[in-house]
Amino acid sequence: MLAAIMVLSALAVIFGLLLGFAAVRFKVEGDPLVDKIDAQLPQTQCGQCSYPGCRPYAEAIAKGEADINQCPPGGETTIMALADLLDRDPKPLNPENGVPQEKTVAVIDESRCIGCTLCIQACPVDAILGAAKHMHTVIASECTGCDLCVEPCPVDCIDMAPIEQDILTWKWPYPENRLEKAS
Amino acid sequence: MSRETGATRRLWKFHGGVHPPQHKEISTTLPVSAARMPARLVLPLHQHIGEPAEPTVAKGEKVLKGQMIARPQGYVSAPVHAPTSGTIADIGDYPVPHPSGLSAACMVIEPDGEECWMERQPIEDYTTLPPSELRNLIREAGIVGLGGAGFPAYIKYNPGHQKAIQTLILNGVECEPFITCDDMLMREAPGDIIGGLRVIQHALQARECLIAIEDNKPQAIAALRQAVAGYDDIEVVEVPTLYPQGSEKQLIKVLTGKEVPADGLALNIGVVCANVGTAAAVHRAINRGEPLISRYVTITGSAVGAPRNLDVLLGTPMRDLIEECDGDLGRIERLIMGGPMMGFALHRHDLPVIKTTNCILAATAKDLPPQRPELPCIRCGACADVCPVNLLPQQLYWYSKHHNLDKVQEYDLFDCIECGCCSYVCPSNIPLVQYFRYAKGDIWTQEREKEKSDIARRRHEFRQLRIEREKAERLAKRNRKKSALKADTAMAERDKKKAEIQAAIARTQARRQAAMKEAEKRRKSFGKEARGPMDETPQQPDNASDNERKE
Ligand code: SF4
Ligand code: SF4
Ligand code: SF4
Ligand code: SF4
Repeated sequence: MLAAIMVLSALAVIFGLLLGFAAVRFKVEGDPLVDKIDAQLPQTQCGQCSYPGCRPYAEAIAKGEADINQCPPGGETTIMALADLLDRDPKPLNPENGVPQEKTVAVIDESRCIGCTLCIQACPVDAILGAAKHMHTVIASECTGCDLCVEPCPVDCIDMAPIEQDILTWKWPYPENRLEKAS
Repeated sequence: MSRETGATRRLWKFHGGVHPPQHKEISTTLPVSAARMPARLVLPLHQHIGEPAEPTVAKGEKVLKGQMIARPQGYVSAPVHAPTSGTIADIGDYPVPHPSGLSAACMVIEPDGEECWMERQPIEDYTTLPPSELRNLIREAGIVGLGGAGFPAYIKYNPGHQKAIQTLILNGVECEPFITCDDMLMREAPGDIIGGLRVIQHALQARECLIAIEDNKPQAIAALRQAVAGYDDIEVVEVPTLYPQGSEKQLIKVLTGKEVPADGLALNIGVVCANVGTAAAVHRAINRGEPLISRYVTITGSAVGAPRNLDVLLGTPMRDLIEECDGDLGRIERLIMGGPMMGFALHRHDLPVIKTTNCILAATAKDLPPQRPELPCIRCGACADVCPVNLLPQQLYWYSKHHNLDKVQEYDLFDCIECGCCSYVCPSNIPLVQYFRYAKGDIWTQEREKEKSDIARRRHEFRQLRIEREKAERLAKRNRKKSALKADTAMAERDKKKAEIQAAIARTQARRQAAMKEAEKRRKSFGKEARGPMDETPQQPDNASDNERKE
């Protein structure tokens, strides 16, 4: 158990370093407009926009092939930001792409996991750690909640759990309008 | 300006401010006494600004009074100590006093009633200790700012690269209505306050010390003046009552005339502020070896029969305190931690007192301004007139209301201290501060999400690069194999060609010989005329085979 934890932490550190390195070394010099659009997308990489990830969707928007209301995880915030950026009129989310859902995180039932690595292959952000035939686990802080690992699991041991609010992430609500309530 | 001693001190004014009704007299008639020991103490691991503390004892373990039960995690953090001796009954999530009404990690102590102290190690002479050592002891004692925010105190008592600071201000202003815990502390324990002041002064190497008290607390002023008689580096300064004078930047302006830069610290202009309660806690920590395990709390409001201040062990349920002061839980319309201006409403009665609980206001409709419906802003400018930070609340309101998070920052939203002066005077009953809190939270959330999505983008790009690299590697492997194969076939082809050439040579030679024989025969049979062309013919295949070889 301890060895496993150590291996996993070591892996996490190594991946972290690699990531940092990759960010510097392989900086993609792309189209600035695509970059700007991509920066507004939530990077969940879930594909609900009907493109295989956020960047392809950004490219499609830049080319004028896709509308700005196709990203459910981004919801209204993203649509507003895109409308602002591209100087277009905001419009409601296209229901064909889905509806905004509460933020979730993948949880692997480690007692049932058979170590098949299929979920690792599905995860767009490498948020799952584990070696073949060993129990796998999700790095919760890196998981975008995209859902893509649930389907491939042959023993159905991955669940999407809602992210619980705590006192650190809680924020003051928008003031209720007492005028409307009173009248 | 001030009477008696500090007659020469000049005072400045900050912009705006309001005079809400005080309601302070009601809770200052009874002397402070220790609150009754509750059946259980619930101690949140996060009672301060910064990282939560981490338990150092396990469930079921016995602990002594004053023993550290959770250690700080990181630089901005504070430990938690056992307020009495007993057993750790549980470690888990319990409701905490927070505007969200959510639960958070807590340690629960079942007191054994022995009040059995751990070994205390008072410092004989703090002046012999280097300031860094003092700061460390203050950190170990779990002391945070007791005036409200709960920032770990030791961090503030560091002059940084300046080595020494000019002015240490003890804040006994207590400008918020209803709250009297600092007032009572100044009246009853001025010696503790001065003791702590001296320790902090040493840690900061401060040249002068000012103790600021509003003129609505004459007994506190008298008590402290008496305590500092004979010291010429400490001055008790009486300041005219004006809300929110207790706010750090406003108080510094009043006492020194200096403005703390908007994005800077008081330290940058050579000033450090400490609350009087914090100073008393520092005194107990250093001179008596006792960590922060209790504090003065004002229990007041119209739902309380005998409003007063109690010396409360941290973790005591508020309900016990309200009941101890003849409170009627059923009459409470709003239970507020803090005062009516800056406090927040609590969702239940059984929440524990934490390090930043200065006041429990069990309010009925009588205590609070009536909640009237919000009307449209009439642009009267009253809010801007009273804003102590000189902001334009009506603009901030407009942009917060319409979720324009860029604009609202342009109007310096983050300089707003949430004092509530603007809401207090607004004739349209607009809950301005609620809009500002909402907007700040929204901006923080967006920043957090942006950070998260940036990480996700990088991880995704990295993954794609990895996949591409792996693909490229596979491709390269395959290519290597292929070219190896190709090399083999090339060799075979060359051999084949060679063989063909050989065969061709052999064929030509055979033909040549055959031709020569033929010619011989012809010569023999037809004579000389056929000879010329026949002589050339055999050379042609030779040339051809030469050419072939060269290829
Ligand atoms: S729907 Fe949104 S989050 Fe999902 S891949 Fe498309 S752009 Fe990214
Ligand atoms: S762990 Fe699952 S839900 Fe989380 S990012 Fe990876 S594939 Fe998506
Ligand atoms: S006080 Fe109220 S009504 Fe007047 S300008 Fe400010 S927000 Fe508007
Ligand atoms: S709450 Fe903010 S905007 Fe309103 S008066 Fe106070 S500092 Fe100014």
